Amino acid sequence: MMQTPLRKLQRPSTPVYGSSACKPYRCRVTRRVQENDDTFTVELTPVSARQHGAFNPGQFNMLYIFGLGEIPISISGDPADPDRLVHTTRAVGAVTRRMATLHEGDVIGVRGPFGTHWPLEELKGKDIVIVAGGIGLAPLRPALYQLVANRGDYERVVLLYGARTPEDMLYRAELERWRARFDLEVYVTVDRATGDWHGNVGLVTALIPRAPFEPRNAAALLCGPEVMMRYAVQALQKRGVGAAQTWLSLERNMKCGMAMCGHCQFGPHIVCRDGPVFRMDRIQRFFGRWEV
Amino acid sequence: MAEQEPHDRLYVLDRTDLQQLFDALRTRGYTVIAPQIENNVIIYGAVDRVEELPIGWTDVQAGGSYRLARRGDDALFGYTVGPHSWKRFLSPPLRMLWRARKTADGFEFIDDSSLPPRYALIGVRACELAAIQRLDEIYTRGAVIDDDYQARRGATFIVAVNCGKAGNTCFCASLDTGPSVGPGYDLALTELLEGEHRFVVAVGSERGAEVLAELPHRAASEGEIELAEAVVAQAASQMGRALETAGLQELLYRNVEHPHWDAVAERCLTCGNCTLVCPTCFCFTIEDTTDLTGQIAERWRRTDSCFSTAFSFISSGSIRTSAKARYRQWLTHKLAGWQDQFGSIGCVGCGRCITWCPVGIDLTAEVAALRAEDVGQPSAEPILEMT
Repeated sequence: MMQTPLRKLQRPSTPVYGSSACKPYRCRVTRRVQENDDTFTVELTPVSARQHGAFNPGQFNMLYIFGLGEIPISISGDPADPDRLVHTTRAVGAVTRRMATLHEGDVIGVRGPFGTHWPLEELKGKDIVIVAGGIGLAPLRPALYQLVANRGDYERVVLLYGARTPEDMLYRAELERWRARFDLEVYVTVDRATGDWHGNVGLVTALIPRAPFEPRNAAALLCGPEVMMRYAVQALQKRGVGAAQTWLSLERNMKCGMAMCGHCQFGPHIVCRDGPVFRMDRIQRFFGRWEV
Repeated sequence: MAEQEPHDRLYVLDRTDLQQLFDALRTRGYTVIAPQIENNVIIYGAVDRVEELPIGWTDVQAGGSYRLARRGDDALFGYTVGPHSWKRFLSPPLRMLWRARKTADGFEFIDDSSLPPRYALIGVRACELAAIQRLDEIYTRGAVIDDDYQARRGATFIVAVNCGKAGNTCFCASLDTGPSVGPGYDLALTELLEGEHRFVVAVGSERGAEVLAELPHRAASEGEIELAEAVVAQAASQMGRALETAGLQELLYRNVEHPHWDAVAERCLTCGNCTLVCPTCFCFTIEDTTDLTGQIAERWRRTDSCFSTAFSFISSGSIRTSAKARYRQWLTHKLAGWQDQFGSIGCVGCGRCITWCPVGIDLTAEVAALRAEDVGQPSAEPILEMT
């Protein structure tokens, strides 16, 4: 596969103005996949050829439904294929419930990409440990695509994924394909076994102690509920993976994506700009603090 | 007053000629906005005549209390600040960002571009000028520029006024944001009530000089300059409160789990009044709507408050549900996070949040309480604590 160089994320030399940055560009729904009961994936293609959806793994877009509202959703597609913008989300609010009813050919608005990314370019030569809980796999999937595309640049690549039940698991076919590869270690666990599940049962953090990686040379990428990430950070630290080797993606309320509306404040950080991907040692002081 | 200004740039404008300043500004296309009394408080709104100002009135403020009183003279600016701040003119609490029309292949934006309003703000106090500069930092010096704000700001003429009295809830002196007006004005006035009623005028910009040139004025005498300095010195000596800023940022970060936050939460009603009256609180939300036909969509930007639970709402619910967490967020962001994000303390010491808090919560007292018993970080390893 072709190498996919990361886009340079630099402050633009020409000013970006809020009046245009708050206007979504149009994207057509090219595919919609129901992942589980309440979770679905939409694939989007920009209507105008002048637009493109180039992004780095871990970044997010603001998705807009005409007249109804706009929400931040992580990008879960392949960064090497930026004309196919993929977003996986749960139908939990007004906008996502409406998105769940989108059909091929429908047009929605997109702003982005926003935020920081998984720093894969810095992690070459390392063991990569990905710990995902539930829908937390979605913002990590672009990292997996990129790791697979540049597999030779990394040592072991381990995916630890936990879902509530086997039926809740995202991207099952893909997980199977990754698991079949000899150069990926994929471990999946569920909180509650249902049906004919023969795999691991328990929290994803329980997979960390026996996962095959060399702690001193490892980098951990985490996304999931904050409580899960707290336990995962703890389990990783017990194995010797320190805070400076651990990155995690935070969810906060976001309205503007321009570091201006104030909603995504997290201690000294503005999550839409300084995050959503943070290195753990940079947020250690506030991460896990009650209601910060 | 205006210590940076050389004396030869200080002038005197007679009280009887002040109307000509208003007229000159109106002739130049400005809408003149000035203090005036409405519903027993001093607010900011459009005026035509000097007589519409709160002549002879003052305000008596305390935690949770604001009353107007007669001064016994004819001072035009003999009060401090009321519930309004100038942010409502520079960054309106509600404004439309765009409109779009539904089309066969999605939607298209409707061109609504318009010229920014031209406001002349009369009676901008030192703390308020500092607040406007805080907003400038946020809206015009980040990676994204709020061009609507920038356009309004560029079209704004500022007539600052040096305070001759400080209120019970004032503490600008401790934050170095007043009472003497700092840079950033077009004209700055100091009201002299002794002898002939007149204003000492400092010029802060070319525009300011051009406007002053159209008015009857003369150079200020040494005696008038001394009088003007005494006016501000008097205000400085009357500060009702003080905020100790040494180590403030670390104090707040370190005491994120201080028991005093619980004590504040017992009083805080999470009404958000403090964020509404604060001249620097800048948070907004985005609201998308359609007309009744569903064919025209609009995006609006509306002032928001970190005291609402909706403010921090994510898919799993609100991050900050407790009053304690919301007050802590507001104060910690204002005094600590702001320094990381924008290079200054987000508070200018105007005291509005103290006066307009229905239960009189006083941020200077809350900070002092944290200082009095600095408990520090309870654990070096916060991640090991589970709630």
